[in-house]
Amino acid sequence: MRIKNYVRPHTLEEAYRIISENERAVVLGGGSFLRLSFKEIDTVVDLQDVGLDFIEEKEDVVDIGSMVTLGELERNDILKKLYCGYIPRFVGIIWSVQLRNIATVGGTIFPKWGFSDFITGLLALNVDVHLYKSGRMKLEDFLKTRIRKDILVKISIKKERRETSFQFLRNSLYDFSLLNLSLSCKNGKDFKLAVGARPGVAKPAEKTVEFLNSVDEPLKHLKKATEILLSEIEFGDDFRASGEYRKHLAEVLFKRALEEVLNHEG
Amino acid sequence: MRVEMTVNGEKKVFEVDPSDTLLDVLRRNGYLSVKKGCDTGTCGVCTVLMDGVPVLSCIVLAGKAHGHEITTVEGIENEMREFAEKLAQEGADQCGYCSPGLVVMVYALKKMYSNPTEEEIKKFLIGNLCRCSGYQGQMRAIKKFLGVGE
Repeated sequence: MRIKNYVRPHTLEEAYRIISENERAVVLGGGSFLRLSFKEIDTVVDLQDVGLDFIEEKEDVVDIGSMVTLGELERNDILKKLYCGYIPRFVGIIWSVQLRNIATVGGTIFPKWGFSDFITGLLALNVDVHLYKSGRMKLEDFLKTRIRKDILVKISIKKERRETSFQFLRNSLYDFSLLNLSLSCKNGKDFKLAVGARPGVAKPAEKTVEFLNSVDEPLKHLKKATEILLSEIEFGDDFRASGEYRKHLAEVLFKRALEEVLNHEG
Repeated sequence: MRVEMTVNGEKKVFEVDPSDTLLDVLRRNGYLSVKKGCDTGTCGVCTVLMDGVPVLSCIVLAGKAHGHEITTVEGIENEMREFAEKLAQEGADQCGYCSPGLVVMVYALKKMYSNPTEEEIKKFLIGNLCRCSGYQGQMRAIKKFLGVGE
């Protein structure tokens, strides 16, 4: 990695002006993956002085600024209560303590990393992203939209009562997930389901959700639901695992997640 | 470019290249306890505290550290002398290359947990790799230093 200029703007306007006027300017989240790249970067735009390091509880949502680190999510008292601590629980097993103190919410979501556990975990909740130019949209829609020059300002997580489950398989805990899956529901209905590290970026399983919402006792229809899931999600090969293996993992992780959320429902 | 930071309680001004990492700058300026290992954010030997929380100095750009407080193992020498003795007593040090990063992490662990379980200790130190010790001696030393277990 070779960087020519390093700037720390104090406002979003200034930061956006720099990235929109310079094709080779890059916004710095935590910087951990940028550092490992072989890119030639004209200007790095570090957002740490813009004031995006907040976690605020509002009436219906919790707002999290894009410069909040994963470590701060893990230690935050508001998030320890929200969804019974679901977010700190799945964030707290991502890579190492030291890396989580560097990696940021924006730096993880905006590049849509395929290996991300964080994006998959959030897809089990109702989350909106707020972009400086493109405005507010659902996280699911953001993941499908091609946006190059913009700045992720914050995310808003809806406050609801949901039973949640985050499942993954790694060769060791200190590694990337070979596959991850998140599932949630409200009183056995209104499911949300996503599969990530496929190895592509996490994807909501909309047809499976539609099926789960249409049956009375989803666990009794596990076989059918699994068939739909495996047919609607694409699983690819990479050096970590084959698509076939990932497909098999998805079947197992989905069963575990469904049992977990429905058993919580009691 | 110029960056200012407080290192082990002393205000410092460094002239750096925009591509420099915090690790590069610290080592170039004499903080040689901070080791360069994998240089990819994996092994933990370059761990320092930034505003009190542990980070990997090999993946923090120097510009990002501007205005922050950095603590290396030299800055916590007195508080951690007892732990260094425990490491020696338990035969936990062999080549010693990973020790400064481990010492900084155990310092952070002690601040964060009053009475950690072995599971919590392992989870906290998952990013500190050691190729010599097999970790058993380190775990004994940590438990004795924190006064937990055994």
